[in-house]
Amino acid sequence: MSAKKETLGKTVGVVLAVCLVCSIIVSGAAVGLRSLQNDNAALDKMSNILTAAGLADQAAGDIAGTYNQLVEEKFVDLATGEYVANPNEGMTKPYNMYGKVSKTKDTSTKVEGNVGFSRRANIANIYHIKNASGEVSRVILPIHGSGLWDLMYGFLALDADGNTVRELIYYQHKETPGLGGEVQNPAWQALWNGKKLFNNGEVAIQVKKQAGTQNPYAVDALSGATLTSNGVQNTLSYWLGDNGFGPYLQRQSWKS
Amino acid sequence: MADIKEMKKALFEPILGSNPIALHVLGICSALAITTKLETALVMSLALTVVTAFSNLFISLIRNQIPSSVRIIIQMTIIASLVIVVDQVLKAYSYEISKQLSVFVGLIITNCIVMGRAEAYAMKSPPMMSFLDGIGNGLGYSFVLIVIGTIKELFGFGTILGFEILPLVTNGGWYQGNGLLILPFSSFFLIGGLIWFIRTIRPEQVEPKE
Repeated sequence: MSAKKETLGKTVGVVLAVCLVCSIIVSGAAVGLRSLQNDNAALDKMSNILTAAGLADQAAGDIAGTYNQLVEEKFVDLATGEYVANPNEGMTKPYNMYGKVSKTKDTSTKVEGNVGFSRRANIANIYHIKNASGEVSRVILPIHGSGLWDLMYGFLALDADGNTVRELIYYQHKETPGLGGEVQNPAWQALWNGKKLFNNGEVAIQVKKQAGTQNPYAVDALSGATLTSNGVQNTLSYWLGDNGFGPYLQRQSWKS
Repeated sequence: MADIKEMKKALFEPILGSNPIALHVLGICSALAITTKLETALVMSLALTVVTAFSNLFISLIRNQIPSSVRIIIQMTIIASLVIVVDQVLKAYSYEISKQLSVFVGLIITNCIVMGRAEAYAMKSPPMMSFLDGIGNGLGYSFVLIVIGTIKELFGFGTILGFEILPLVTNGGWYQGNGLLILPFSSFFLIGGLIWFIRTIRPEQVEPKE
């Protein structure tokens, strides 16, 4: 610790030099890797959608290719249930119903009830899955709602009748591993296949104890995770109801 | 240039002899939080080893230029830059794991091991030795994380690195997963047990009674 280290000029000089070098390294890494990171995020979303579509095995190595071939993104006005044009048409950033639009007054609607968020976007991103002959074979709806700890984000995949569930997958949640985290257990997810959502136009699907495999309107709750199961129920009740995808599912816009 | 023996000591001594977690009891918080699955523990170990090694190297390189009045700030700047770079690289090349590690990679900045080695060793030692010391301490941290991660994943989920070893009841097997081990705080017991074990085979680490 010699004395010459401690002059003011040298201290400032060293600090500035270190900051300059560090900032160049950090911004270099951030800018240089950004395109890879964006690709990863996009790929992650595509693979979630393909999982909901039941195409994950088929896609295997070529997620982007399969996605572009079989999946079509659509935009639905939730109030009317009709398709609308891409709100971000011509912009570089894709439209995201969970992004800024869900906070802004003009583009979102206040939410009543206990689903866990206070506003939702007016326009939702939904996905059509097409079969070989070009018909819509599945409709994939984004859903989210609070579990025990935080919001859980997932996709609900329906048959073209708008009533039969094929998959309910959650891709982002913070539930307790081993308890609420079992929403991602393939064995539990498999219970949803074939369940019916509506009975005479009313939302009938229930997450409850001892639902049994015969009842088409009920799925076994997760044991040890009552609040997570309630969260799934609330999420479905909201998104299938009149304020969610209800009007869209009644109208069955994908058939025309 | 230091001799081979000293280099070996810098590299391997921190694994059992002066383990940063077991002897110095540093870096506990991240060891609690990310050891639920072995895979995340491995990635975290790698990230911390890289950061400790390179922060030691860079700090040691400029140790004679660093004014002592602002040395902590300069160390933090270097460490923070390295951590951001590691985080960006993880997001670009290992997206799934970076999602699971989420904030914990960023929190390497506050990990006492990195800062402790920079202040205690790299400020006084030549670059090569500091680099090895960083790797050594990273390995010491990794050793604990891997042991804890293996125990927690095996008895909590019945898997190792995602491969099923003990089939769980929920998946139609016979093994009832230990719910306690899935929660972060169970690492307290495991780390305590590990410290006890190391101090039993290395009694010189036991602190003298006051």
